[in-house]
Amino acid sequence: MKILVAGLNHNTADIEIREKVAFNKDKLREGLTLVKNLPYIDEVVILSTCNRVELYAGVRDTEKASESIKNFLTEFHNIDRSLLDKSIYLYNDVNAVRHIFRVASSLDSMVIGEPQILGQLKEAYEFALENKTTGILLNKLMKKAISVAKRVRTETRIAENAVSISFAAVELAKKIFTDLSGKVFMLLGAGEMAELAAKHLMNNGVKEVIVANRRYERACELAKEFNGRPVSLENFLREIVHSDIIICSTGAPNYILLKEQMQKVMKERKQRQVFIIDISVPRNIDPKINDLDNVFLYNIDDLQGIVDANMFERKKEADKAEKIVEEEIIPYFHWLSSLESFPTIIALRKRAEKIKNDEIEKLLNRFPDIDEKKRKAIEYMASSIVNKLIHPPTTALKKDSEDRDLMVAIIKKLYGINDEESR
Amino acid sequence: MESYLFEFALIFYFLATLVGIVELFRSRKITSLIMFFLVGVGFTFHSANIIYRYIAAGYIPITNFHESTSFFSWSIILIFFLLQLRYRMKILSSFVMPVVLVLMISSSMLSREIRPLSPVLQSYWLIIHTVIAFLGNAAFALAFGVGTMYLVQEHYVKSKNIGGLFARLPSLQTLDELNYRLITIGFPLLTLAILTGSLWAETAWGSFWRWDPREVWSLVTWFIYAIILHARLIAGWRGKRAAILSIAGFLTIIIAFFGIKLLHKGLHVFL
Repeated sequence: MKILVAGLNHNTADIEIREKVAFNKDKLREGLTLVKNLPYIDEVVILSTCNRVELYAGVRDTEKASESIKNFLTEFHNIDRSLLDKSIYLYNDVNAVRHIFRVASSLDSMVIGEPQILGQLKEAYEFALENKTTGILLNKLMKKAISVAKRVRTETRIAENAVSISFAAVELAKKIFTDLSGKVFMLLGAGEMAELAAKHLMNNGVKEVIVANRRYERACELAKEFNGRPVSLENFLREIVHSDIIICSTGAPNYILLKEQMQKVMKERKQRQVFIIDISVPRNIDPKINDLDNVFLYNIDDLQGIVDANMFERKKEADKAEKIVEEEIIPYFHWLSSLESFPTIIALRKRAEKIKNDEIEKLLNRFPDIDEKKRKAIEYMASSIVNKLIHPPTTALKKDSEDRDLMVAIIKKLYGINDEESR
Repeated sequence: MESYLFEFALIFYFLATLVGIVELFRSRKITSLIMFFLVGVGFTFHSANIIYRYIAAGYIPITNFHESTSFFSWSIILIFFLLQLRYRMKILSSFVMPVVLVLMISSSMLSREIRPLSPVLQSYWLIIHTVIAFLGNAAFALAFGVGTMYLVQEHYVKSKNIGGLFARLPSLQTLDELNYRLITIGFPLLTLAILTGSLWAETAWGSFWRWDPREVWSLVTWFIYAIILHARLIAGWRGKRAAILSIAGFLTIIIAFFGIKLLHKGLHVFL
């Protein structure tokens, strides 16, 4: 039995194609059963996320199975075949195993090291398990992939640093303040990135939110969204005294907060630390403010710099992770190839048993008056001849050697075991 | 036997300091555990050494310079372990162990002879005064370590060049508050040490205060820490300034501790 991966991801397919090929929960159940019943396919797991749709299958013939999976996808999702052919990738053997290990370890992700994929893979596997579409091959492979991913997680720092601007902001906030939950957060102005950062901060425990906006109605709207308190922009200076984290993103063409003003603010708040993030372009906060003690000012470029540095760090860690993946492929293949000779051993044993039983029966038919004791002796002798004869080939097949494939082929040919028998 | 206990403690502290330095540059879970373990083993030997000397001499072994330097380092590690119960800040030992090691090496070079206690010292004030004084100094030593950590972390955040230790050091607020807390522990102890010292001086020499160099320096230290606390409460001097002051305060303690021994001989001659 062989492993086959068929799939498409963010690198090979646009969102328009990916969303067409994606499986939702209901479709997934149906899809799993349909694929499992396709010819040449014995086991299947389907992983469907926003960035990838992949089918992992245990197959008898890679070529034919690939073809039937492609046909299935075309029909099931009702998409253009040429479109699918353009975006689909197929891996088998070592490449398939490597691909699955890399996906699990988040090395194939859009953002390398993002942690969700492992959970998604586990879920996909458990769902397949529930629907009984996996077998010995994929069970082992999925468990191995999960353990490889865990090893990568513990032995490298691939997922350690923030690689988006808003996460970098939260990471910094956590290195300035002990506990974000008691902190007051001010959103100055609005904008997609500012709001995203605000959401991340709130997910990390920030409760009290002040929203300041040039247009008071807009401030009220945003305040409702973040469960905060609206203030007008004219009053924000008074409010800054209470704010520990400030995200600024107004459209003002000049500085709206100067060093001297901030100095006064700091005096009033008894020098308690303030983290200011100025993501507006042009900048709204006087950069000199960063010179004040206990004030930490970051602008969009500073945050981007951190993200870039972290990304670079992740790529370095990814190299280590790739090595771990390569290391783990080898033992898996040892196991897999031992699986290959296993059916042949069983077939050989069955064949020998059958010959023995047939011959004993023939003998007993010819001499019906043989007593129980003699019959036992004859059976014993026959068993030991058979066992002694098949012992050496069995040992040879079990042994983990390079020419095992050859050995399997020779034994099959010598004893006339056909493929159907040795499955 | 007694001397071996001290040497073992010294060796383990030395190894812990080395691992602590490695930990700063190449952190692994294992290095931080090894460091913690080494400090723990060293501390066990060290405690055994102090108990041994106590039994052998019949009084608390803080009566000569060898013993007091040794007890000083022991107090630092004691407070380090107490802090771990609440803060789990193992990396602090990378910053504190070098101080301990310097003290221990100095201690190892001094005479360890146990002599009969001079009559002046034969008083229950000995144990009260010295233990309080060294626990207070130990709290300041840890405030020094935490202050250093604050400056390092502040440098990362201010310079916007995060890397190195950034991820492993605690947040600035945590460090700042811990620094403050250590000083609020050390300061009352220092005050008490000065008070008990002067009461003792009164019973021993008949005068509360004689401007002995150690008394003067204690007073200087007391003022430094009083200023730190005052500035924090009134003017909000926290963060970087508080960290720098706590480092300066501890350096004063160390200079006074060794300086007086080298230059003067006063009433605290036994120290």
